[in-house]
Amino acid sequence: MSHAPLRQNLDPRDLLDLDAELSDEERLLRDTVRRFVGDKVLPDVADWFDRGVFPREMAQEFGRLGVLGMHLEGYGCAGTSATAYGLACLELEAGDSGARSFVSVQGSLAMFPIWAFGSEEHKQTWLPRMAAGEAIGCFGLTEPDSGSDPSSMRTTARVDAGGDWVLDGAKMWITNGSIADVAVVWARTDPDGPDRGAVRGFVVPTDTPGFSAPVIHRKVSLRASVTSELVLDGVRLPASAALPGVTGMRGPLSCLNEARFGILFGACGAARACYEAALDYSLERVQFGKPIASFQLTQRRLVEMAIAVNRATLLALHLGRKKDAGTLATPHVSVGKLDNVRMALEVAREARSLLGANGITLEYPVIRHMTNLESVYTYEGTNEIHTLILGNAITGIPAFG
Amino acid sequence: MNVVVCVKQIPDPADPGALDPESKTLKRDGKLILDESDSYGVEMALQLAGDSGEVTLVSMAPNGEVSGLRTALAMGAAKAVLVSDDALKGSDALTTAKVLAKAIERAGSYDLILAATESSDGYTGTVPEQIAEVLGLPSVTFAKAVTIDGTTVKVDRQTEAGYDEVTCPLPALVSVTAGVVEPRYPSFKGIMAAKSKPVDQVTVADLGLDAANVGWAGAGQEIIEVAQAEARQAGEVIEDDGEAFNRVVGFLSDLKII
Repeated sequence: MSHAPLRQNLDPRDLLDLDAELSDEERLLRDTVRRFVGDKVLPDVADWFDRGVFPREMAQEFGRLGVLGMHLEGYGCAGTSATAYGLACLELEAGDSGARSFVSVQGSLAMFPIWAFGSEEHKQTWLPRMAAGEAIGCFGLTEPDSGSDPSSMRTTARVDAGGDWVLDGAKMWITNGSIADVAVVWARTDPDGPDRGAVRGFVVPTDTPGFSAPVIHRKVSLRASVTSELVLDGVRLPASAALPGVTGMRGPLSCLNEARFGILFGACGAARACYEAALDYSLERVQFGKPIASFQLTQRRLVEMAIAVNRATLLALHLGRKKDAGTLATPHVSVGKLDNVRMALEVAREARSLLGANGITLEYPVIRHMTNLESVYTYEGTNEIHTLILGNAITGIPAFG
Repeated sequence: MNVVVCVKQIPDPADPGALDPESKTLKRDGKLILDESDSYGVEMALQLAGDSGEVTLVSMAPNGEVSGLRTALAMGAAKAVLVSDDALKGSDALTTAKVLAKAIERAGSYDLILAATESSDGYTGTVPEQIAEVLGLPSVTFAKAVTIDGTTVKVDRQTEAGYDEVTCPLPALVSVTAGVVEPRYPSFKGIMAAKSKPVDQVTVADLGLDAANVGWAGAGQEIIEVAQAEARQAGEVIEDDGEAFNRVVGFLSDLKII
């Protein structure tokens, strides 16, 4: 046991000295993304949010950096650790949940199923261009009437007389849908066909006749992100369009686990940005003749925020190490997604209130993060669904139905 | 063409640095990072070397520190020579130049050597020219643009009034200013690849130098005292009475700015 005197000072932005838990390589990667976000995202993101756009050019910027599909091996991907991918998500979401959502969808939801379940032709056709940001992908699982219960999907895939697949149906709340070049669409096959009604994944070029992706407008959250509906009206695809490597709900659910892993890191980034904005503000804002950080009530709030952000980041790092060690279980991801996003939303709301009236303007990042996190709270498994996954894991009794 | 870049690994400017009271020099025993001013030279070198050439880093740092080198390797440099030796503690600028010159010779054949105009921790600003002198090469300072034309290098050299166009034969040493080019981000593939790029770590003896002639022992200078810089004076506030611009003009005129 060490009896060395304890250090008295700490970094207010890294309360638990989590920096020391990172390897040099992870630190370099994290610092690179942080710099990228500072240069390319933060100067403009309030304006993107205000106008409700996400510039397509950002895809190539992300591609040059190497963040798209960064944790996949080969096909132009960097092949980093899962923890490194998580740290990149954290730094991106410290910029904006929209930027992180773009990267999550591209890497974990569109590239991952092609990489894990696609044919060699799928991989060669799409992955290098997607890694470079030259092609954008989206992921079609959720439907207007099928959210938390994705297996109730109505989108169908039938084989016609010539052996082609024909897809019909609609997908909803699809990030990147309207700017995508390729969609990975999940559809239920014919109960009388060779797949006996199982869900299959399809690689759908978005210029295929019958495919359209109208933008969903009037969002008040994730405004710096494109959200769309996918309409599949007799979309005819060759037999080779189906992902050969997976049949059933295991396919889409494994993609969700990848994306949720990024989110449980990302939420820490959004929360950190809110905490830091609140800390800076409270040190500068003078009331009753002194900075509001001098008041015990403010200090209490800042400390609670700092502890929450650091504890969540520590959890994320722990889960990252487990994923890299191959010991991560699905309920672990639920713990992280459920608790870290809940934490981030609470910190964002606390920071919003600490900034007073200034907290409601886009001059500060806080309300942008706060409204974004409402989406993050819901997508990729609602708080309720993750609770039920954990309830099942703890009791052995599924309570979904 | 092959380009050698002299890079320094310095304490992170974001962390408050400290002076060692005994040696009166900056403590460099913690984590070191690539001096940002060197990232411009690395970028320039990568652009000049292109696909056919190779960029080699040369650096001197305590404790075998390679973090900063890994950043430059992740940007695209091919390899590095790192001189790390306790005997180098206390080395002055000229000794540093002699050591780096030896390391450059060890790095292999080169057409051009690039360096920043000065480091962001020591600010001596003399090492690049001293290296050129030791190696018997021409040196051009304060480059704001560098182009290669066959066997010569053309440099736009920043001056107070504008810039000079300077041409000199290769091989040569050029010191580049911040802003000569926009440094790229280390790509993730580059970061992954940097792990396996060779860093040739050598001692003073490996370079054929005598430890008695480097470090404190070989320094031609001694730091006698370190004093606190004078606190900045409060500025003068001029209330505008309609004629304040005259005061401002007078102030600038006294400074010979206008």
